[in-house]
Amino acid sequence: MKVAYARKRYWNEPTLTLWERSYLPEIIRGLAVTSGVFLRNMGRWITGRKGALTTYYPEEQRADFAPLNRGKHVLTQRPDGRPQCIACNMCATVCPAKVIEIEAGFDPDDVAHPKFPVRFEIDYSRCIFCGLCVEACPEDAIRMAREIPSLPSANRHEMWLGLDELLTWNPQRDVAKPYPPGPTTRRTP
Amino acid sequence: MTQDLVVALVFIVYAMGALITFGTLLTWVERKQAAVMSDRIGANRAYVRIPFTQFKLIWWGLFHGVADGIKMLLKENFTPQSYDRVAYAIAPWVVFTPVLLVFAVVPFGGTLEPGRLVPALAGWFGDRSYPMQIARLDAGLLIVFAFSGLTVIGAMLAGWSSANKFSLLGALRAGSQMISYELVMGLTVLGLVMTFATIDLGAIVQRQSGTVLGVLPAWGIVYQPLGAVLFLTAAIAENKRIPFDLPEAESELIAGYYTEYTSMKMGLFMFAEFIEIAIVGALFTTLFLGGYNLPYMSDAGFAFPGGTTVALPHVAVVLIQLVTFLVKVMLVCSFQILIRWSLPRFRYDQVLRFAWKFMLPVALANLTVTAIVLWSHLKGPL
Repeated sequence: MKVAYARKRYWNEPTLTLWERSYLPEIIRGLAVTSGVFLRNMGRWITGRKGALTTYYPEEQRADFAPLNRGKHVLTQRPDGRPQCIACNMCATVCPAKVIEIEAGFDPDDVAHPKFPVRFEIDYSRCIFCGLCVEACPEDAIRMAREIPSLPSANRHEMWLGLDELLTWNPQRDVAKPYPPGPTTRRTP
Repeated sequence: MTQDLVVALVFIVYAMGALITFGTLLTWVERKQAAVMSDRIGANRAYVRIPFTQFKLIWWGLFHGVADGIKMLLKENFTPQSYDRVAYAIAPWVVFTPVLLVFAVVPFGGTLEPGRLVPALAGWFGDRSYPMQIARLDAGLLIVFAFSGLTVIGAMLAGWSSANKFSLLGALRAGSQMISYELVMGLTVLGLVMTFATIDLGAIVQRQSGTVLGVLPAWGIVYQPLGAVLFLTAAIAENKRIPFDLPEAESELIAGYYTEYTSMKMGLFMFAEFIEIAIVGALFTTLFLGGYNLPYMSDAGFAFPGGTTVALPHVAVVLIQLVTFLVKVMLVCSFQILIRWSLPRFRYDQVLRFAWKFMLPVALANLTVTAIVLWSHLKGPL
């Protein structure tokens, strides 16, 4: 006895109408679409508007970065303006691209935080903007701002940022933590 | 006699200059048009800085063509180890030269009378007149087909001599495709040849200067609309451009028959392709779009259907005809680029089936209908 075995069909049969299979009308339709886009964009360029979605990168920057975009690093500061960083090197250790270089200094006058960074540099030619440095920091001393560093250059040595450029904390935009920690954050046992 | 030589030289310089300019310019037009069609800006970073200043001329990226040329000329001339030296060396020229020669029979303007154009030369030239065409040959269209058929040999030489399987496959594809479409192209033009009863391109353009039914310009596309579509399709296929770019399909054959070519030798193939766009544009304009003719315009001036006539001086007529031809060619080139950036590539069997099973019968039907219509009129050529 023969068993009728219907092979399962995993594909769709082409369902083109005769009109579509005659090819030329569909080609004309396609050309109408592309030439329509061309004429629309060309009209915009000619009338002095921008007919493209492209951003001219170094001259222009996109305005639509996400609010939580991991861009340029920011070192948070104490009320007197010194960096919160205690030069513990945890960010430099966790950094997968090994782009952070910290040179620690010793300040015997500040008993609570005797270590501070003399030099804190980030090589943006290699930074992968993963945010692990922010996660690793025990002091909340490094954060990432929404703005990108934007250092287009033909020379990789110009893509380093140091303490001067990184100490740009602006608590109006970047949420400041109360300092010293307020009563709400202090837990009583 | 000397006058003829001078005029011929001027024509040759003009035609070669126009072709080379078109070839260079089309690389830019192709980039920019593709960019605008896909919401992009296109190449615009190459610039020329005026010396001793910080003033940079960008000109919408026009200098990218120059940058490409310099890059091609300065690149390493890498040649494969095992290859047929002679064939390898001459193949780019076999592709490039016939493309330039085709333009010799294409008329790019009406009749030029140097005596009337420049009064100072009236004494020397007298009342001699020259058709603005490098070679006024009776066999014009045959020359076009003879030369454009030669490029197949170059492509196949390149593919064969490179000793590379991708090159060889590309060359085989180029050969079969170009021979197929050459045939279709010849058949589509035959209908037009029957309509105008001549294969002299200058005469064909002159026959297109009148009007049909009093209103329509008597262009080839009015007599042979189907022939025009088929001719343009076959010409694009002949030029091996997308959607018919199988001989150099990047995703399948690296670069097809010129895979093993580097630097300016490869540049010659590319340049030949871009000049051939202009050649296809010029041929289509000459055969189907009335060449240098504007509607209702003759060598004397405009004569509109209402009966109004505007007389024009000879200088204006010559300039209008030259510019008209260039503008028409540019529009056809732009249309080819539009096609190139709109349609996907055919499969290889589809290309040949399209040529032999669709375009050839349609071209034959077009020819038959034309013959029957002409015979039923029995008034000779239109």
